[in-house]
Amino acid sequence: MSEIVVDGEPLPFVEGQTVAAALVATGRVAWRTTRVGHRPRGVFCGIGVCFDCLVTVDGARGQRACLVPARPGMTVTTGEGDDD
Amino acid sequence: MTEPPDLVVVGAGPAGMAAAATALAGGLRVALLDSGTALGGQYWRHPPEHARAALPTDDLHHGLDRYRALCEALAAHRTAGRLDLRLGHHAWSAVREGDGFAVHAVDRREAPRESAVVLRAPRLLVATGAYDRQLPFPGWDLPGVLTAGGMQALLKGGGVAAGSRVVLGGTGPFLLPVAAGLAARGVEVVAVCEAASPRAWLRHPGPLLRNPGKWAEGAGYAATLVRHRVPVSPRTAIVAAEGGERVTSVRIASLAADGSPRPGTERRVEVDAVGVGWGFAPQLDLLAPLGCSVTDSADGNAVVAVDGGQRTTVPGLYTAGETCGVGGAALAVNEGRLAAASVLADSRATLVPATKPLAALRSAVARQRAFARAMALAHPIPPAWSSWLTDETVVCRCEEVTAGSIRAACADGAHDHRQIKQLTRAGMGWCQGRMCGPAVHCLTARRRAYEPAERLVATPVTLGALADLDEGPPASAASADSSETDKECP
Repeated sequence: MSEIVVDGEPLPFVEGQTVAAALVATGRVAWRTTRVGHRPRGVFCGIGVCFDCLVTVDGARGQRACLVPARPGMTVTTGEGDDD
Repeated sequence: MTEPPDLVVVGAGPAGMAAAATALAGGLRVALLDSGTALGGQYWRHPPEHARAALPTDDLHHGLDRYRALCEALAAHRTAGRLDLRLGHHAWSAVREGDGFAVHAVDRREAPRESAVVLRAPRLLVATGAYDRQLPFPGWDLPGVLTAGGMQALLKGGGVAAGSRVVLGGTGPFLLPVAAGLAARGVEVVAVCEAASPRAWLRHPGPLLRNPGKWAEGAGYAATLVRHRVPVSPRTAIVAAEGGERVTSVRIASLAADGSPRPGTERRVEVDAVGVGWGFAPQLDLLAPLGCSVTDSADGNAVVAVDGGQRTTVPGLYTAGETCGVGGAALAVNEGRLAAASVLADSRATLVPATKPLAALRSAVARQRAFARAMALAHPIPPAWSSWLTDETVVCRCEEVTAGSIRAACADGAHDHRQIKQLTRAGMGWCQGRMCGPAVHCLTARRRAYEPAERLVATPVTLGALADLDEGPPASAASADSSETDKECP
């Protein structure tokens, strides 16, 4: 099993899974908060339509976790929008 | 493929795959692009080819024989150099260019890195499908509440269940395969809340009798659900979700004929995930800016108007599948074939495609569309659904606009979702109204069919990727990295 690095911690994934699938597989369904109400958000539509599941991937902000295939060594930072 | 294509097909779901295969069989060169990492779209969503041994999900599918046959046909044409397959490519715009079309896409196979690509052809076939239609309810933005399609996508594409104790709600036959798939993976599906009454189907006996395949499919799901003791409750709905950092329970109520909760029937059910879907909203982003006419469909959506051969009102532009009316995969495949037959006829192609005779294809499409119409009439959005909303309920998830704000804007005279957008910012966030649009429309103008806002950019694209395109080689040379694409070859 391969690993990505989420907020500095290794997270195992099965080759073929997206970043969102890897997170949900460990029981996480929320990984950022909204700008106005600071409401927790994670995966909702799962197919790239809703933009709820945003993460930073290898330094690039605003990536939809449900669309980005996980790759070994990829760094993911959650908490998008918390500081906006 | 070095020569430019005769046809670009956007979307490699059932409609796009069938269209591409038919056009190729008729001798055309085709470019087929899709944002996914595998052929199949949402209906035949699969892990990428190289990962299927580690992530076996074939047992969650229907009609895999047809999928495999289409994959094999496409693979053969690809080997022969007639098919330019672009997986991991997100089309963000399609424009008229001279007598043909230019499709602008970003290659995201190495996401987050992206590069811009332009594919040009005299004819364009858009088969971009649809996504779950949502109606807000208190707590629907809690983590753990997903679209029914999102739950299925995680399961089929990643082998992951979003929870261990799940309730599903909304309307339409799609809830059944989602429930069956979750149950097959050991998830406890506590309830399937179907807002409609099964008796509504009895008003449309003709389409039912003429589509026995649909009954067989339904019976298969029913058998799975019985085996796993999953209760399906008609005329019920999830009227609220509760929790803190994630959903912990839902409130379920029986519905009166108008969709309002029957007093005294409400009960609380503990869950760790929820899946909801109220039919589907067609994905018209690439089609609307090209100016093709739309028409009313029976399910509350405006869909692209097509002639008997899937031609839109824009010359050279064709569409097939859910973009011209939500009707399922079997109809989408037949529409794809029909659209490609029109492309061949309009291109004066010399080869005869290896498909059913046109008359049989047209008759199958007519029969399946009649079924889709009966389905839409049997599974309407409950008229009184908005009675579930409190003023504090978030309607626009991106901009966090509440039902109270939208009601106030309506009271100020707003009469469609565009005006609500101007007055409240509902629909102005990241998703550009894709999630809240149908609901806001229903709150303001439900007597008309929902016509989504025109979006000139269908998916975000970085300026960096566009700048590289200006300085880079011409688009036809963009397939020089085909060795990478080969990894995803079906």
